[in-house]
Amino acid sequence: MSDIPENLKYTKDHEWIAETGDGTAVVGITDHAQEALGDLVFVELPEMHRDVASGDVCAVVESVKAASDVYSPISGNVAEVNVALDDAPERVNEDPYGEGWLFRLTPSSPMELEELLDADAYGRVLAEMDD
Amino acid sequence: MPFIPHTRADTDAMLKAIGVGAIDDLFAEIPAELKLQALEGIPGAIGESEVGRLMRRRAARDEMELNFLGAGAYEHHIPAAVWELTTRGEFYSAYTPYQAEASQGTLQVIYEYQTMMASLTGLEVSNASHYDGACALAEAVLMAVRCNRKSRSGRVLVPRALHPHYRAVLATITSTQGIELVDLPYDPAGGQTDTGALADHAGEDITAVVISQPNVFGVLEPADEMTDWAEDNGALAVAAVNPMALGLLKPPGEWGREGAAIACGEGQPLGVPLSSGGPYFGFLTCRQALVRQLPGRLVGRTVDVDGKPGFTLALQAREQHIRRSRATSNICTNQGLMVTAATIYMSLIGPVGLRRVAALCHARTAALAAGAQAIDGVSVAFASPRFHEVVLRLPAPAQEVLGRLRAQGILGGVDLGGWYPELGDAVLVCATETRTAQDINHYVEALRSAIGAIGDGA
Repeated sequence: MSDIPENLKYTKDHEWIAETGDGTAVVGITDHAQEALGDLVFVELPEMHRDVASGDVCAVVESVKAASDVYSPISGNVAEVNVALDDAPERVNEDPYGEGWLFRLTPSSPMELEELLDADAYGRVLAEMDD
Repeated sequence: MPFIPHTRADTDAMLKAIGVGAIDDLFAEIPAELKLQALEGIPGAIGESEVGRLMRRRAARDEMELNFLGAGAYEHHIPAAVWELTTRGEFYSAYTPYQAEASQGTLQVIYEYQTMMASLTGLEVSNASHYDGACALAEAVLMAVRCNRKSRSGRVLVPRALHPHYRAVLATITSTQGIELVDLPYDPAGGQTDTGALADHAGEDITAVVISQPNVFGVLEPADEMTDWAEDNGALAVAAVNPMALGLLKPPGEWGREGAAIACGEGQPLGVPLSSGGPYFGFLTCRQALVRQLPGRLVGRTVDVDGKPGFTLALQAREQHIRRSRATSNICTNQGLMVTAATIYMSLIGPVGLRRVAALCHARTAALAAGAQAIDGVSVAFASPRFHEVVLRLPAPAQEVLGRLRAQGILGGVDLGGWYPELGDAVLVCATETRTAQDINHYVEALRSAIGAIGDGA
């Protein structure tokens, strides 16, 4: 059973997002996503200061067996990217909710956060996939 | 056994199993107006013996003429070992087998090829090849647009002096991809791309600049200056080069301060015979930092479980069998057999041999240009350094002159009037290392008498 922290918001495409309290929000992929992908070998991050809409392809996570797009859970502007992943993409596998974060956004419509899944709802998405 | 082994009964059984009435129903989502009703211009089927006779008749027309045509495909000497080895059963296959467990020999050949092309172009990575040079250029431009994420415009500067076939293929492939191709004129006196026109685009959002070396006129482009301009203006420099010319010229990876980001071109001069236009192969190389946007197959060297060296496909997550519609290209195949020939060719002649062949080509064309210029009314169109092709201006209709040469068994050049009407009666002529001093004298005398005869109204 994969780890689904209570304090985060989720998308059905297996991204997580968390408000940081400084006006930005951090985005990553879930424990389930990293597990399904296998060992990551490369992470392509968005450009700094790029405006993204909710659902835009923002990053690519590549493992030895697949490359998957990462969609932005909300609209906003890219405030920071996790450059440490350039040399250490395995951090996404090791710590998907911590050191394996992908990028930070300055949200342009914070209300969009309310429309995302909470931990329970995301847990149900995973449970339905198992059925 | 028929080529498609499904019998009517097989097909019906499969359709029934999936609950579909007819094969056409599977393609119902394709709008009817996009479907080709009949193959126009394709003649009806004929039998094997009839095809054999037709092809023998056509083959008999080959290699009769003394060839001075270039314009993208070049007659070079190919050592006999090249095709003797390439056509051995171990290599000779309609399909390139990539399975590491069964194809170490094929994979190693591709790996060696990639190493040679990276070295020849002065860049770090090469893919396993493309269909041809024009296709490789289109892939190089698409790649540059993906890589240059600082640029939003998708505007690509393309010299008018780039081979018109390459320009046409580039326009076709990029036309539906949100890419705008902007012409760069050439200098009418020198024939090289006008760097003044390049300067006019300073400050604009330009994604990439194509630099053809040499250009279609055989003229050497100011590659260093163009590469630096691209870098200064936030654009990626894409080199389209003749690999034979690289025997003498600076490789794209060393152009300007930083080098071109991507290089591509037609590999045919490296051991592939002229053959009614193909099969040839395209090459594509780039900086290491761009490798994840490089399309096509890529072979890497690794070690097996016992630590023994071996070869396998690498970075496959770029490709369509994994990334589907978001792959770097919808073309994942390569020209394995042509690449095998090129690898053997390059290994046989080596860097010194390549330089000697390139130098001979240059010298032979210089001799031809000097001889032709001595004919009354004939002039060299562009007074610029060139590789192994020259544009001759003629004092008579180009088609008529070429027709008279052909009647004497000489393929006298390519009439540029259709592509570059502003040049008037102009022909593009090429003399490679295969044209002897005697051949060149013969050409010059035939040209002189053809022009003289037209002048006399004969």
